[in-house]
Amino acid sequence: MSLDAVTGVLAIPALAAVLLALLPGYWLTARLNVLAALATFLVALSLFFSRPPPGAYLHIDDLNNVFIVLTTFVGLTSSLFSASYIGHELENGRLTPTFLRFYHAMYQILMFAMNLALVANNIGLMWVAIELATLTTVLMVGIYRTHEALEAAWKYFILGSVGIALALFGTILVYMAARPVIGEGLDAMVWTTLVTRAAEFDPALLNVAFVFLLLGYGTKVGLAPLHAWLPDAHAEGPTPISAVLSGLLLNVALYALLRFKMLLAVNPNVIAPGPLLVTMGLISVVFAAFMLYRRRDIKRMFAYSSIEHMGIIAFAFGMGGPLANFAGLVHMTMHSLTKSAIFFAVGHIAQVKGTQQIAQMGGLTVTNPVLGWGLVLGVVAIAGLPPLGIFMSEFLVVTSTFAREPLLAIVLVFGILIGVAGLFLRLNAIAFGEPRGANAEAKASYGPMFAHLALVFMTGVYMPPAMVAWFQNVAKLLG
Amino acid sequence: MRGISFDIAHMLAGTLLLLSFLQLYQDRLYALLNVFALHALALALSVAWQAYVQDAPHLYVTALIALVFKAVIIPVALHRIIVRLGIHREIEKVVGVGTAMLVGMGLVALSMVVMLRVTAEADPLAREDLAFALSVVLLGLLMMVTRRNAVSQVVGFMSLENGLVLAATGAKGMPLVVEISVAFSVLIAFIVIGIFLFRIRERFDTVDVHALDTRRGERQ
Repeated sequence: MSLDAVTGVLAIPALAAVLLALLPGYWLTARLNVLAALATFLVALSLFFSRPPPGAYLHIDDLNNVFIVLTTFVGLTSSLFSASYIGHELENGRLTPTFLRFYHAMYQILMFAMNLALVANNIGLMWVAIELATLTTVLMVGIYRTHEALEAAWKYFILGSVGIALALFGTILVYMAARPVIGEGLDAMVWTTLVTRAAEFDPALLNVAFVFLLLGYGTKVGLAPLHAWLPDAHAEGPTPISAVLSGLLLNVALYALLRFKMLLAVNPNVIAPGPLLVTMGLISVVFAAFMLYRRRDIKRMFAYSSIEHMGIIAFAFGMGGPLANFAGLVHMTMHSLTKSAIFFAVGHIAQVKGTQQIAQMGGLTVTNPVLGWGLVLGVVAIAGLPPLGIFMSEFLVVTSTFAREPLLAIVLVFGILIGVAGLFLRLNAIAFGEPRGANAEAKASYGPMFAHLALVFMTGVYMPPAMVAWFQNVAKLLG
Repeated sequence: MRGISFDIAHMLAGTLLLLSFLQLYQDRLYALLNVFALHALALALSVAWQAYVQDAPHLYVTALIALVFKAVIIPVALHRIIVRLGIHREIEKVVGVGTAMLVGMGLVALSMVVMLRVTAEADPLAREDLAFALSVVLLGLLMMVTRRNAVSQVVGFMSLENGLVLAATGAKGMPLVVEISVAFSVLIAFIVIGIFLFRIRERFDTVDVHALDTRRGERQ
């Protein structure tokens, strides 16, 4: 395999993981982690300008190019946030130096696995990559080894494994469908070949395959009613991992679903995958919106908000068509940026307050103005108020749905509004009013958080024409 | 030749399904592990037979993994864990044996109906294999749902995974089967190590690490 940019986004994290597992010390490894993430991001950016031809295992097209740049960017900012967060965790003894080494190595392996899942041109390889990503995140979620963390990791493990297993069965069925048309062997698992010949596949087999894939990868996306692992995993792991889980891993699983949806779209005789996605998306939105009200743990609350937004995104892609797909893509990008920014804020807030319980937080805008207002901004963004990016994408989703299926749009708007009210209710208690609870000094890095929020704001006000053109092109690809 | 090779494959896959049912009503952990070892053995034989019939030597690797890892190493390791944790007595169940068996039969019927209908075009060997495989997968899922104990959940997951390997080998000429079975073995090894290290006794609600520590009178 020649040394091109695609191998670069895989080789850099893989090498960095080995190095970080071997090197001792916080100062060095935290910087190396950031450096590796930066290098990966730069290599990923170069894919916009030159991309290698598709091979039997790896490929880059307009669709996964967007995902990979987003993944490596949030990977970079999360590594910056992680450096200051983990420094604090070391000081207060929640992490030991041995675990630190393990943590950094796992971080890079996770980046490797996600990048591999995105650039894989082979449905089997993609499955292996998503499994690897699941495994590493399970280990990270359990890293504090408290009672709750182990429980969350175990739950995530069992549910994630079952999801992964069902996805494999679906993958095998896709191969079975492709075999009579394409012939035995590797070719029958290669995306670029599959998509061109999918029209000739046996429709009944493809239908069953998609149901398994939807259940399997849908578990990883966190769509209700398959979401049970998600809030626990987000709440108990280290916050940088919550940010990566919410901002990236859910997207990667969704990407896998979108690829298979594209496969089905080529074949005229299969069931339409859209309504399935729309149904699960709507259930997620409404369910998660109501669940926001009774949350006592701040990270758990934002985990439910992630379920809600993944629901909106799945809904948009399920509706299909150029406009809804475009809105789905924008919403996915904006959600990744905003939600990870919120987790950056929440991570430092939990450190300042020494707890994740909402009841013991209050008046943050008074005691820690920068953090407090950062969180307020983040929540305003995630709630979809103008003029931020999520407002625009939600507006697009809703208006495009009103034009086609007004009833569905009403349910969607209802869910979104319930969710917004729930978020602001909690935000009010956390950010304003009398200061409550313990208050340590914040040694925070605000850079990543405000960088994300600035991007979200900019996109909301003015989306660069190049980005619009690119997303429109991808939306057409998605059909 | 065509007839007998089909019959043997059919018999082995059928054995696998039968053993899945046997697992469903075992209420002692040791017995459950023994049945699982047999399950893995049946899988190894079945995969080896597919390797011979399809003339695909790489499948022998998968068969070997199933034989060594799943029929020997994992059951032995789990056996030791059970002794260490002192949970050999009985398995807590959410539903009774009768209900579980009935639901199991329903699931097998469902998978037959679904798979035989959608694979009408495929060759008969792959077709029956796939139907059996889906039944084994669903029975594995059923077992994970009906058990509370972490060890028996893992056994359920492994028999589910045996079904997947059966499906993958039945799909003639499928690439990456060996890699996928290795990936799964790693996954299972992690789960088992996880149980061992963190001494997870029960399912989600009681991961009682501390109680066990005090019971053993030490903490590393």
